[in-house]
This record gives sequence, structure tokens and C-alpha cells, in this order.
Amino acid sequence: MRRAKAAAAPYLLALPAWIWFAIFFVVPIAAMASVSLTTGNLLEGFQQTFSVSNYADAIGQYHTQLVRSLIYGGTATVVMLLLAYPVAYWIAFKGGRNKSVYLFLLLLPFFVSFVLRTISWGFILADDGILFGPLKSAGLLPGDFHVLATDVAVIGGLVYNFLPFMVLPIYVALERVDPRVIEAAYDLYASRWAAFRRVVLPLSLPGVFAGVLMTFVPATADPVNARVLGGTGNTMIGNIIQTEYMTNNDYPTASALSFTLMAVLLVGIFVYARSLGTENVLEAAAR
Amino acid sequence: MTKTQAGTGEAAASPTAPEVPAIELDGVVKEYLAQGEVVQAVKGVTLSIAEGEFFSLLGPSGCGKTTTMRMIAGFEDPSRGAVRLRGQDVTGVPPNKRDVNMVFQSYALFPHMSVWENVAFGLRRRKVAEAEIKRRVGEMLEIVDLAGREKRRPREMSGGQQQRVALARALVNRPRALLLDEPLGALDLKLRQAMQIELKRIQREVGITFVYVTHDQSEALTMSDRIAVMNNGVIEQLAPPREIYERPATAFVAGFIGTSNLLTGTVERVADGCAVLAAGESGRVLVADGAHRVGDRIVVTVRPEKIVISTEEPAGEVSAVRGTVSEVVYLGTYNSYVVGLPGGTEVTVFQQNAHDSSTTAERGDSVWLSWQPQHSYAIGS
Repeated sequence: MRRAKAAAAPYLLALPAWIWFAIFFVVPIAAMASVSLTTGNLLEGFQQTFSVSNYADAIGQYHTQLVRSLIYGGTATVVMLLLAYPVAYWIAFKGGRNKSVYLFLLLLPFFVSFVLRTISWGFILADDGILFGPLKSAGLLPGDFHVLATDVAVIGGLVYNFLPFMVLPIYVALERVDPRVIEAAYDLYASRWAAFRRVVLPLSLPGVFAGVLMTFVPATADPVNARVLGGTGNTMIGNIIQTEYMTNNDYPTASALSFTLMAVLLVGIFVYARSLGTENVLEAAAR
Repeated sequence: MTKTQAGTGEAAASPTAPEVPAIELDGVVKEYLAQGEVVQAVKGVTLSIAEGEFFSLLGPSGCGKTTTMRMIAGFEDPSRGAVRLRGQDVTGVPPNKRDVNMVFQSYALFPHMSVWENVAFGLRRRKVAEAEIKRRVGEMLEIVDLAGREKRRPREMSGGQQQRVALARALVNRPRALLLDEPLGALDLKLRQAMQIELKRIQREVGITFVYVTHDQSEALTMSDRIAVMNNGVIEQLAPPREIYERPATAFVAGFIGTSNLLTGTVERVADGCAVLAAGESGRVLVADGAHRVGDRIVVTVRPEKIVISTEEPAGEVSAVRGTVSEVVYLGTYNSYVVGLPGGTEVTVFQQNAHDSSTTAERGDSVWLSWQPQHSYAIGS
């Protein structure tokens, strides 16, 4: 009897989380799936028709924004990776006793709200704002120079906002690399580059994988940066979904777009995991 | 291949004149800055290791043996002094440009690579032709008895197997010298003993100079041609195992290697090249080695197994002291006695259970201890 109780304990302890998960994840997803297969409008009501034309229509109408989102998200992820890896490497191997200080500095911006920080960038980068205004009046920049409402502004905003999510997992992975293994590489005639390429990099891939996952998905779906820093030509799929839900009240289209985005991201992640070598990632992660 | 073929300690490969030593350390000092203070980890080590020799650096943790080895490997640069490999000064040369390889204490195998890739790593870095890599890696895995396990990952293997992968990974490069940093430390006793024999066999087979760092005196005694006993950053004694054991140069060596008795006394007279120390009433300690003068105060070591325990006063030109048995321990192949001398000194005696398992003396018995003059060694003088 007692043994049965002991065996059940982990399940019982996990139960609240499972209930939470069921109510706030599984149910909404199911509801959204069902809504995406309805037709109608807010005034006349929605009928469950199981018609997949919603998907075809939504994709037909908004594929530009969908592709743009993937390009923005992908570009931002690549830029973040290039920026984050050296930072993570530096903190992990050269940080010495101050590692936690550097990590704290990295996380410091999080003490200010995400939206607020993005709006601040809007101020800073405004066409005649605190940065470009003086430069323009000094004649250092042409009068029509602008950053806001460009691809660069939106991608830059995404990079700025999600960068720590790339740095942290890579840092953790690099931290776990046994320094003696790196010494062994040097001992076996590896140059600094070879030791990095053959030993450090492969051993940090699980961190890279996690970092890409944690940044590419939210960056691609993000509506805030495109809204605050972008113009009409930089609309991302997140903005469309938001508009369809909030402004147009076209719930079927919004749901269909959400699912399409989710499917595209899942496929993308899956292909990425395969191409990076699941075996490598999982094996190194399981170490 | 070299003279170490003979194997056991005595046939030491003492460096002969024309041959250039595989490794030379010349007045090597390593200083660290710890909390604003200069700490000397190695305080001037000079030694030369012959080609094909099995050389051990033996000492307690913190004695500087690992730092010394890391300077040979190139992971640390000496603060002063020079490191030479085959006569060539390599001080300041990075490890990837040194023709020595290391077996790390924790093996430090590449966890993301198969056994094969681990072993081939060094050859690939040196751009050895693929066919040659194939041949040499296969050959080496054969030597360390891991053929057929090429595709395994390190963590799928036992400690002993990982150890052999580490060994193969280093040896496959045919380095000038192989440096081993407590390579058997993580293994259990049985496996450790098996690997000691295995290591010695492999060393004979490949004929490469081995520099072996250990704190385990029995390991060093069984495998080495010569041993450098280190303490506090200096070499206390550098000699073949037999000499280290039989004739410890300092009290530290005597205490660190095996069990040893230390007796202090003043030279009473010198006769027939033998210094005689007074030791209690009618007791005497004969010291055959060294030139001692009357009145010198000297410290003598005697190994426990050299001492004979008896109830009768021993006859002849032997050291003889009287004492009371304070402890008798039965240890299977031998008995261990602790005998208290009048001065308070305690002497440990081992007596083989060769003929009769009954003990010669019991707790509280008054006994005579005797040993040959050549078994007393004056130290630290």
C-alpha cells in the first residue's frame, strides 16, 4: 500500500502542471483548430463547416507576409548566432571569476518591458530623432536618410530583443565543455582553429540548437518589432494574425494563419534538426 | 628498441654519454601568483630522461609533479629554466607543436567522436594520408586490445577501455615521449593492477619513453626504470626503484615509500668502516654506509622486513636493540609487530609467516630486534 503511494507520488506531483497544460494549451489549440475550420462572420455567427478553404484563402492572401516573416526571423537568427557565439565563448572561457556579472549585464535589459524597449528604439531611430536629427543638421547624413520602416530596423529590433535567448544556451553548452578535452586537442597537434572546429564547436552544438529554437520561433512570429519599428512594407505574419483577430474579427482566417505558421515552423525546425545531425545534437546533449 | 627491454627496475636505462636524452629539464621553476603572493609550485627541477625509459614522477598531491609534467607537455611555461626534447629547446613552444603526447587523468576523450575518430585525431591533424591512418589506427587498437570496438562512443565503454582508448590516441602518433598523468587513478584496484602490467607491456612493445605521474608508490615501484620522488616542488631523490626503496635519501622518501623506521643516535665509535650508535643499555645500531665521525648525530632508516625479532640476544656484528612489543597484527602472509624502544621510539617489524604461523612474541613481551649493518641507512646527512 505504502509502496503504491510512493510510486504514485511523482505522478500526483506532476498533476497540477498537467492540468494547467491541458486547460491552457491543449484546449485552446483544439478550439483554435476547430475555429479555423468554420465559416461565417461575427454578426451572423460561425458555422463549423470543416472547410479547408480558409487555409487556401489565408495563404493565398498573406503568403507575402508569411515568407517575409520567415526571412526576417531567419536573418535575425543568423545575425544573433554570429553575435551571440563569440560573446558566449568569451564569457565561458575568458570570463573568469566575473562570469555571473557578465551574464547579469546581458540580462539587465529584461528588467524593462519588451514593448517599452522596442518603443525606445523607435525614438532613438526616428528620422529626425535624437540620433539622426543632429547628424542630419550637421550635414553628416542626407536629409532623406532613415532607418525606421526598413527591413534593417525590424531585423535589428528582433536581434536586439531575442539576443540573450541565443547567448544563454550557447554559454551553458560551452561551460560544460571539459577544458581538459580542449587541452587534449592541443596535445594532439590541433591548431587553435582545429581545436575549435573539431572539438569545441561540435560539443557546443546542443546549445546552438537550443538557442536557434528559442529565437527563431518567437522572432518569426513576433508582431511587436514590425509594428513599432517597421512600416507598411515590413508587415509580418504576426501583425496580420493580430489584425484579423482584433480588428477584422475574422477568427477563421486568423486561426488558419496561426496554424499555418505553426506548421511551417515545426517543419522548419524538423528539417533543421535533421540537417544539423540529430544524432550529434542528442548524443552531445545526453553526455 | 632499447635497453629497457630488460624490464625490471634494476636494468635502468641510465643515460649513456653519446645518446641525447629524450627529455631534459634544466633548473625549471614554476611560479604562480595566488592572491597577490608568489607561490612556487616547482622550485628548480633538473633531470634528464633517457630514450625508451619508463620514468616516474612520484609524490603526494601538491608536490609539483603534475605541474612538472604539464611543462614538459607545453601546457605551462616555466617561469625560469629550460625544457629540452631530444636536445632541442622547446621552452615556450605550444603543446600542438611538441612531439610529446599526454594521457590525461580523466582520459579527456572526445565525447562526440567514436573510438576510431578519437584515435585518428592526432594523425588527421598532421595530415597523414588516409590509408596510413587506417593502418596505424587499426594496428594501435590491436595493441590495446580494442579491435572491433571502433564505432563505440567513449561513454559506452568501461573505465578500463576508455583508459586504453586514451593510451592508443596518444601512442598512435609515435611521440618522442608519452606523458601519463595518474592514468590509473580512476580504476578499481584489480583493474589497476592489470593495467600496470598492460602499460609496461605496451611500453616495451612500442619502445617509447614514458613519463608517469603518480602518487601511488607501489605503482611507481612496479613499473618504473627510475623514479623521481618529489615533495614541495623539489626532487627529493632520483634513482631506480630498488635504490629508492632500499636506500631512501631523505626522511621524506623513507616515510613516503613503504613503511620505514627512523632511529636517531650519536656516533659512539667507528670500527671496521662501521659507525656504531649507542641505543639504550647494551643496544647498538651499526651503520655501514657513509663516513661518520664520533659525536655525529645521525638519522638511520631501517625497513621493517629487514629486522629480525627474537627473545634471545642476537650474536655477531649486527645492530641490536631491546624493546617491548606493544602490538601484534596478523596480516596473512606476514605478522606486523610494533615494538617500543626505551627512548619512546616505535619500531615496526614485519615477519614472514613462512614456516610457522604462530607469533614469535606476544604483546608486552620484552624482545631483541636485530638487523645487518648494510640495512641501516643514514639519511639527510
